[in-house]
Amino acid sequence: MEQMKRRKFLGVSAVGMAAVAGSGVLVPAIANAANVAGWPAAAFDAKKLDEAMKDSIDATSVKTSAKVRLTAPTIAENGAAVPVTVDVDHPMTADDYIESVYLYVDHNPTPLASAFHFTPDSGHAYFQERIKMAKTDMVRAVARTNKGVMMSSKPQEIKVTIGGCGG
Amino acid sequence: MAAIGNPMIRMASHAKKGQIVEVRSLIMNPMTTGLSKNKAGKLIPAHFIQTVTVTFNSKPLCNVDWSTAISANPYLAFKMRAVESGTLEMTWKDNTDGVWSSKAAITVA
Repeated sequence: MEQMKRRKFLGVSAVGMAAVAGSGVLVPAIANAANVAGWPAAAFDAKKLDEAMKDSIDATSVKTSAKVRLTAPTIAENGAAVPVTVDVDHPMTADDYIESVYLYVDHNPTPLASAFHFTPDSGHAYFQERIKMAKTDMVRAVARTNKGVMMSSKPQEIKVTIGGCGG
Repeated sequence: MAAIGNPMIRMASHAKKGQIVEVRSLIMNPMTTGLSKNKAGKLIPAHFIQTVTVTFNSKPLCNVDWSTAISANPYLAFKMRAVESGTLEMTWKDNTDGVWSSKAAITVA
């Protein structure tokens, strides 16, 4: 039963995707395009991985740790929606917790895909989302604790058959 | 134009104290990058959700900043430690002043 519900829930998203793809000439009427307050524009606008990492975590290389687990398919047929799960094996107590997790796609037009911020109440530094990938590429997640300790997942290659940024 | 908004949250309605529950969410948004063109060769403007904030009983739980690399009609799952009964609220904001929110209740015993 639970499984049924989940399928139905995810199915809505798939239908939505198809609707967007099918409409072809999709020209959203942008009344007022402005960034949401607090959104880190510099880090998200950076065009190169090094710059994106520098602007988001102020470092360009981070030691990998088995504690940061990135789960994604090795082959993604559709680069427009690649499911990625990140979970960090680290305590989530008031004194010591994972504060942020950054997700990068090395050669996307803007490599920083998302920046997730947790609190100790999260209980587990975990998230799942779907990302777009232009081509076969490396994906990596970098976690930072409230004390500033950083650790990176092993970069994982995802082979993309159809890019997700086509026009 | 494709549907937009319609936020949904799925979360267990009951949990034991201390249990870690998963929250899954979905919202309709084109998440266009501003880099691709339509059939007429004109650039499609960027239109995407930039922030998602989550509170539990009005206290911040987690938040995420998104780029255009997030897929259309974004799905997001995360976890929460169930400590007390209450209401989880999520708010999505996009770069065109769009704001949507949704709530889900949980009973913790």
